[in-house]
Amino acid sequence: MEHIISLTLENKFGSLSRVAGLFSGRGFNIESLSVAPTLDPSVSMMTLVTSGDDRIIEQIMKQLNKVIDVIKVVDISESEFVERETALIKVHTRPEDRAEALRIADIFRASVLDSSPTSYTIEVTGDVRKVQAIIHLLQPLGIKELVRTGRIAIGREPTRPAQAQPRPLAKAN
Amino acid sequence: MQLTGAEIFLESLKREGVDTLFALPGGVVLKIFDVLHQQKDIRVILTRHEQGAGHMAEGYAKATGKPGVALITSGPGMTNVITALADAYMDSVPMVCFSGQVPSGMIGNDAFQEADNTGLSRPCTKYNFLVKDVNDLAQTIKEAFYIASTGRPGPVLVDIPKDISMDKGEFHYPKSVSIRGYNPTYDGSKWKIKQAADAIMKSKRPILYIGGGVQHSGASAEVKELAEMTHIPVDMTLMALGCFPGNHPLSLGMLGMHGTYAANMAMHYSDLVIAVGARFDDRVTGKVAEFCPTAKIIHIDIDPTSIRKNIHVDIPIVGDCKRVLIELNNILRATVNGNQKERRKPWWDQLSAWQQEHPLAYIQEPEAQIKPQYLIDRLYELTADRDPIVSTDVGQHQMWAAQYFKLQNPQTWLTSGGLGTMGFGFPAAMGAQAAFPNRLVLCIAGDGSIQMNTQELATAVIEKLPVKVFVINNRFHGMVRQWQDLFYEGRYSCSYLDNVPDFVKLAEAYGAAGVRIETVGDVDAGIQEALSIDRPVFIDVPVYQYENCYPMIPAGGSNHEMLLEDPPDLHKPKSTHKTAVQSDSDTVLTA
Ligand SMILES: Cc1ncc(C[n+]2csc(CCOP(=O)(O)OP(=O)(O)O)c2C)c(N)n1
Ligand SMILES: [Mg+2]
Repeated sequence: MEHIISLTLENKFGSLSRVAGLFSGRGFNIESLSVAPTLDPSVSMMTLVTSGDDRIIEQIMKQLNKVIDVIKVVDISESEFVERETALIKVHTRPEDRAEALRIADIFRASVLDSSPTSYTIEVTGDVRKVQAIIHLLQPLGIKELVRTGRIAIGREPTRPAQAQPRPLAKAN
Repeated sequence: MQLTGAEIFLESLKREGVDTLFALPGGVVLKIFDVLHQQKDIRVILTRHEQGAGHMAEGYAKATGKPGVALITSGPGMTNVITALADAYMDSVPMVCFSGQVPSGMIGNDAFQEADNTGLSRPCTKYNFLVKDVNDLAQTIKEAFYIASTGRPGPVLVDIPKDISMDKGEFHYPKSVSIRGYNPTYDGSKWKIKQAADAIMKSKRPILYIGGGVQHSGASAEVKELAEMTHIPVDMTLMALGCFPGNHPLSLGMLGMHGTYAANMAMHYSDLVIAVGARFDDRVTGKVAEFCPTAKIIHIDIDPTSIRKNIHVDIPIVGDCKRVLIELNNILRATVNGNQKERRKPWWDQLSAWQQEHPLAYIQEPEAQIKPQYLIDRLYELTADRDPIVSTDVGQHQMWAAQYFKLQNPQTWLTSGGLGTMGFGFPAAMGAQAAFPNRLVLCIAGDGSIQMNTQELATAVIEKLPVKVFVINNRFHGMVRQWQDLFYEGRYSCSYLDNVPDFVKLAEAYGAAGVRIETVGDVDAGIQEALSIDRPVFIDVPVYQYENCYPMIPAGGSNHEMLLEDPPDLHKPKSTHKTAVQSDSDTVLTA
């Protein structure tokens, strides 16, 4: 099962490799990863997508908690969340395909960032299914280059006060 | 106060109460060594190899409970110490290792003797630091000692570039540290502890399975109280030896691959396993699918990642072993009623039957060659009243030492369990001796293992560390040979040590003493002679070469299926007279 894990970690050299090393050293795979500083510049937020059965995920969560540079770990996918990913897609366009490319972009509310006589660079933002779908539709035209940010996710606020919230694991080493 | 980085290093170590430093210099740490040369507070022990420095720091730490400290240079100094760091990491040994680094401005340029020290050590340290500003040095050292010695202890590396040791900075040693991502849980959940107490009161066939965590948290007294109050038998892992008296009536001895029959049967047939500071290592569980099939499992450990890593746990308790056991004992003291001995009688009848069915045993014919077990047995008997510290190397001799040397006290057993590092024993013994100059420190070594660190004889002699090294000399990588006997039809590929040195002469060449014990009749006198020498001694004991270590659970086997003796179809030479097989390769090849 796929899990989206959100990590708060020290924004200093070495932190990323401690997290990455934990995965590589145990043969766990990271499917996507995105990191950037938070409002507090000494802290980064990392969203990491991985998969495994319950036992593996339990180990991953505990091991991440054990990393000293990691301040907080939440399995976002345990409760309600929203996620986004941005992709930049450079499509090759023959003259007869140009209208089609724009039409597809329009359907997905994607914007065109750059255009040349033989290509469009399209920016799309959405959940992973939306991004997959537009890629799928543009593929027959010929995708020259594709860059994706990796997924970011955030927990939903409860609509009613009583609704369960994703709770951070008690940080313990 | 403005000090150089090297001076800050020294002052910080003093504040941490460091009294001994195991060290080997090099270009980038010369400034630090120069400062060390001009002070008297810290004893600097110059080792002959950085691996030796690392293991000495480990031995010091295991015997004292305080972090061991090593100082080594960049590049090859760093790569040499890696084995010791990895060893300390596996066995949760508190240790702080300082490495020199090329000057900050040259890092990443493939400078002379540059290595990515933090990168190399990341997977085998609890944490590591690269110091980038001399004003951070004191704080970093404070954090390093804090991390190494709290929670689940482990090695920490501090990498100091050359310019940092020479730069001047303000010295101010912090009084306390707080690291936002590091908050070990010490107190176990009261609710879970109550559940554990209930389970203990209900169980019919409980067993205590204690590990190295008992030593790290200093919980021996609490384990003893728990066992005695409830009359529950105690199994020890290799790392826990000494944490419960080996000759206590409730002790079943060591469990696991070469554990006692009773210890392993007790686990297999128990209905409640109380694991304390142990981690269900594969050398203990054997085949996981058949591990403790009828037992509920309580697991007390300070490291949450150890819990449910290999084995399903019914009552997990994250916390410091000592604190959790104090809580647990308080509850039990109020609940335990009636005669526990009486209540546990059916279980103990079964345990005693197992103990009598297959006790640890060996045959020593008086005229035949010395059996390794006999030597260790006698060494134990002759030194028991002196509460010795015992280190081992890795191999058969290590397992026999674990089986026959019944230690009484924690922090007296220095062995490489998790990593299984040959060459650990001698330097570890020296580290312990440096901490306790007046205690008897024994090393039970293998002829293969000892050769991985004999260079430290020079250190032992010059630093006056009078350790007694008993070389169980079977002219074999005995443990490898045993597996080849059992699983490779006796094809001794690279297990025969064709040419072992004359260990007596080797010791003498360094200015240490050498003793050889050749016959059964000489064993006691030889041991006494060695103990009477106040210098380091190598005692060479040629032993019967083909002895195998039992019980044995073949790798991946189930715990109740132990080999108890050589299988009948195993062809090996009969115990020969002492005109042995010094380098008789024919005997070996046809064995
Ligand atoms: C550094 C290292 N290399 C290889 C091994 C694999 N190994 C385990 S036991 C052993 C043989 C040890 O021989 P010796 O020290 O003579 O002990 P014995 O088993 O003969 O008592 C070997 C090679 C190891 N544990 N450590
Ligand atoms: Mg040997």
